[in-house]
Amino acid sequence: MIWTIATTEFRRLFNSPLAWSILAVVQFILAWVFLLGLNEYVTQIQPAMAGRENAPGLSDLVVSALYLWAGIIMLAVMPVLTMRLFAEERMNQTLPLLTTAPISITQIVLGKYFGLLLLIITMIGMLTLMPASLSLGTDLDWGKLAAAILGLFLLLASFAAAGLFLSSLTRQPIIAAVSTFGLLLFLMVLYISGNSQSSGSQLFIYLSHFGHFLSFLDGLFDSSDLVYYVLFIVSFLLLTIRKLDNERLQR
Amino acid sequence: MESTILLAAEGLSRYYSDQCAVDNLNLQLQKGEVLGLLGPNGAGKSTTMQMLTGNLAPTTGSIQINGIDLLEEPRKAKQHIGYLPEQPPVYRDLTVNEYLNYCAKLHGLLGSERTQAVNSARERCSLNEVQNRLIANLSKGYRQRVGIAQAILHNPAVVILDEPTVGLDPLQIREIRKLIRELGKEHSVILSTHILPEVQAVCDRVQILNRGRTVFNDSLTGVESLEKVFFDLVYQDDPALADEVAEQ
Repeated sequence: MIWTIATTEFRRLFNSPLAWSILAVVQFILAWVFLLGLNEYVTQIQPAMAGRENAPGLSDLVVSALYLWAGIIMLAVMPVLTMRLFAEERMNQTLPLLTTAPISITQIVLGKYFGLLLLIITMIGMLTLMPASLSLGTDLDWGKLAAAILGLFLLLASFAAAGLFLSSLTRQPIIAAVSTFGLLLFLMVLYISGNSQSSGSQLFIYLSHFGHFLSFLDGLFDSSDLVYYVLFIVSFLLLTIRKLDNERLQR
Repeated sequence: MESTILLAAEGLSRYYSDQCAVDNLNLQLQKGEVLGLLGPNGAGKSTTMQMLTGNLAPTTGSIQINGIDLLEEPRKAKQHIGYLPEQPPVYRDLTVNEYLNYCAKLHGLLGSERTQAVNSARERCSLNEVQNRLIANLSKGYRQRVGIAQAILHNPAVVILDEPTVGLDPLQIREIRKLIRELGKEHSVILSTHILPEVQAVCDRVQILNRGRTVFNDSLTGVESLEKVFFDLVYQDDPALADEVAEQ
């Protein structure tokens, strides 16, 4: 049942120009970033690094930067994708279709969430084609690439969970988008303030998304980072389920 | 007369904070019965329907659908409900076929069973000629019919329709009324509406609500003018207004 909802949500994304244009725009910008990084590496960094031991390679400089950029761009794009999940259903008054059907709220929430994850996987897949194409001419650090892919997936999945919850709070898609963007941006600002010279705090860095994402980009797979994302996602999904359940009880 | 009760609600009340929307309402529906739910705006019709379909939890009271408690086992009970809210809950970016197939899947219909359910619902609501069109491009009347098709798709015991004929042309209204009559043969139907002649045309029994209470609950045989009954009951606190209405 969850799968039914997820695949239909995924298909509906592609019925409107929304998913197509987002995928196209993100791909275009990231391709530009990728080519820029690659060009710089080939013309300047590689000659300078030649002969040095333990020099940072292609995977460190070009690939990591690409995934970092993808994370930052999706910070702005994800709210647009999540805003429609519940807020739009509310606005069009189509939610009763799901709430009258013999399925639980948990199934509805997970169905919508997995539908969005499918889009995220598509996006990461398209993005990964670019660094993977380098393997035709050079040796890639596959482990590092895998860590970056996993890190980006977890980061985007946590964006999606937060957006899903905020979308369930309101009936105006725009408000859902703005508040999601605000929350995600705030978490990034936490990271910056955690690193500031005067009032830096380890706690802020821990609470922020980006600290955990960056260690994945360094090729470091730390289970505590994984736990952070899992906790983040599960708590927002639970909050969403609670919120929709409460709607039935009171208004 | 032997009869099965498909829907029984007892002592149903609903408060929105302090305001009472539905007050101690009892409602029973037998197999093969079409019940008309009437009342002025704000009488609690939509709230009642939302409670009966499990979209809103009652403050007090119990609801049994086909012998299954809606509050205890919502998923099992909801299998037997078909619901058309005031706004048909249709996804505009799907075609009629895609949408009906999705609804069938949500109700756990698989394979040939699903194809059959979709085909027969489409047939009954005369949607065949628009089956591959996007719902966004359909007229209001067709969208309403898609909504009705969605409600009867899984062959539910109880069909609950909130103002099903709003926005339809006279020909479509006649067709929908015929459809409701037909549905009433094998299912039980609750129909909320503002149109009194419609009630007389299709309903076996009428329950009139006013300010959240039942003020009338009887079959239509022997009722000469439903309009008079309605105005008498609704304006009983205000005799002057009732007279004025009666004179017209």
